[in-house]
Amino acid sequence: MSVQGLIRMGDNTLVLGQRVSEWCGHAPALEEDIALANTALDLIGQTQLWLGLAAEREGKGRTADTLAYHRDAWDFRNLLVVEQPNRDFGVTMMRQFLFDAWHLEALKALTEHEDAEIAAIAQKSVKEVTYHRERSSDTVIALGDGTEESHERMQAALDRLWPYVGEMFSTDEDDLMDVSALRPAFDAYLETVLAEATLSRPDSDFAHMGGKTGARHTEHLGHMLATMQVLPRSHPDATW
Amino acid sequence: MYAQMITSEATQDDPEKLAAFQARIDAGEKIEPKDWMPAGYRKTLIRQISQHAHSEIVGQLPEGNWITRAPTLERKAILLAKVQDEAGHGLYLYCAAETLGVSRDELTEMLLDGRMKYSSIFAYPTLTWADMGAVGWLVDGAAIMNQVPLQRTSYGPYARSMVRICKEESFHQRQGFDIMMKMANGTEAQKRMAQDALNRFWYPSLMMFGPSDKESVHSEQSMAWKIKMNSNDELRQKFVDQTVPQAEYLGLTIPDETLAWNEEKGGYDFAEPDWSEFFDVLKGNGPCSVERIEARQKAWDDGAWVREARLAHAAKKRAAKVAAE
Repeated sequence: MSVQGLIRMGDNTLVLGQRVSEWCGHAPALEEDIALANTALDLIGQTQLWLGLAAEREGKGRTADTLAYHRDAWDFRNLLVVEQPNRDFGVTMMRQFLFDAWHLEALKALTEHEDAEIAAIAQKSVKEVTYHRERSSDTVIALGDGTEESHERMQAALDRLWPYVGEMFSTDEDDLMDVSALRPAFDAYLETVLAEATLSRPDSDFAHMGGKTGARHTEHLGHMLATMQVLPRSHPDATW
Repeated sequence: MYAQMITSEATQDDPEKLAAFQARIDAGEKIEPKDWMPAGYRKTLIRQISQHAHSEIVGQLPEGNWITRAPTLERKAILLAKVQDEAGHGLYLYCAAETLGVSRDELTEMLLDGRMKYSSIFAYPTLTWADMGAVGWLVDGAAIMNQVPLQRTSYGPYARSMVRICKEESFHQRQGFDIMMKMANGTEAQKRMAQDALNRFWYPSLMMFGPSDKESVHSEQSMAWKIKMNSNDELRQKFVDQTVPQAEYLGLTIPDETLAWNEEKGGYDFAEPDWSEFFDVLKGNGPCSVERIEARQKAWDDGAWVREARLAHAAKKRAAKVAAE
C-alpha cells in the first residue's frame, strides 16, 4: 500500500475543497452558495481522513495538517483538473462534474479495497460524492440546455477543461487501484449527461499530465497554496 | 442583533380591527400569514425580517474572507459550516418575509440599490484570524441577545425561523470563543491579534443594539406589536455584563477605561460608542460598506445567466411533460 496513493486522494479533495470554498458569499443564488459550501465541507472532511491515514502510515510524526500546510507545490499529488481556477460558475460546475464522475467510480472501486481502513474511508465518501455527482450533473444539464448564453458557456467550459480529463485515467504503481479501468464507466456516464445537456464531447483526446506525479503542476497551484498556507507558515510555533 | 433603526409604520386601519388584533397579540397568540394584520405591522415586519436576512447574507463576506486562509483543516471545516448556516438563515428569513407578500428578488434589489440596510457590524473588515474569534464571540453573542427573545415574537413564521437560528447561533458563539481562547493563550503574535480584534470589534458590537433608548423614537409601536421584545439599552447592558467576565477569563482588556462594576445597579458602567460613527456607517460610510455591496452586486450580476438558464431549463422540462401527456 502506497502512502503516495493516499496522498493523491487527499490532495484531490483538499485542492478542490479549497477552490470551491473560494465561492463563499459570491454564488449566483443563495441555494448555490449553500450547496457549494456543503460540497467544500465534505471535501475538506474527506481530506482529513485520507491525509490522516497517509500521515499515520508514513510514520514520520506528520499529521493531516502538516501535510496540508507544510508541503510545497511540487510535493502535492493532486490531478491538474482540481487546481484549475474557478473562472465563472460554468467552469466551476463543469470541473466539479468531471471530477465527481471520476471520483465516484474511484471510490466505488475502493470500497472493495483489501485494506479495511481505505475501504472504510471510501464507503463514507461514496455517500457524499453520490450527492455531489447528482448535483453537478443536474447543473451541467440545466445550464447546457438552458439558454443560448448558458449553452455556449458550458460548451466553452467543457472545451477548456477537457485536456485535464486524460490525467484522471493515467495510472502507475503508486495508485491505490488501476484507475485506467475506470474509463469505460466514466465515458458511459459522461455520454448520457452530455446528451441531455446538449453538449458535445471534444474530439481531441490530448491530455496534460504532471499533477498526480508532481512532475509539473500548473501555475495556479502555487498561488492557491500561498493563500491557504500563510498562517501556519508565518507562525510555525503557533497552535490554532 | 441584525435589525437596527427599524421605523414602525403608522397604521390607518379600522380601529375595531386594530383593537381585536392587539388583543390577540396581548393574549400571546401567533399571527399567521393568512390572518388579517394592520398594514403598518406588515410593512414594519418586512423591513425588519429583510434587514436580518440581508445581514446574514452580507455577513458571509467578512467570514468568507478567512475561509481560504483558515489555519487548520478543522478550523476550515468549522468556518465553512458556520458560513453555510448563515446562508441557510438568510434563506429561512427571506422565506418568512415572502409570507408577507414580497419576493426574494425584490428584497435583493432593495439591498443592492440601498433602499434596505444590513447590520452596521458587517461594514467592518476582518483583518486577522483572531477576527474570526471576535466575530463569533462578540458579534454572534450580541445577535443571540436579541434573537433569543424574538423566538417569542408575535409573527409565527418569524418566531419559528428564530428558533432554528438560535440553536445554530449558540454553536457559532462557542466556536468563536474557542478561537479566542487559543489565540489569547498562544504565542505573543497570537495574543496581539486577539487584543487587536477585541479593540476593533468592541464598540461596533455595542452599536449592534442600535442607538440609546433616549434616541430610539420608533420602538413603542414595535414593542406593543411584539416584534421588538426589549429596549436597545436593556440588551446592550446585558451583553456588556455577560462579556466583561469572559474577556477577563481570556486575559484581554476591554478598550474602555471607564468600565467599572456598579454595585447599585448590579451591572457594569461603560462608555457609549461613538454614535456619529454609527450613523456614518448606516449612511454607507463604513470601512467596507462599498466593498460589501459591490461584492453582492457582482454576485448578482455574474449569476444572472445561471438563474435565467435554470428557469429556461425548468420551463422546457414542463413543456415537454405537458406535450407527453
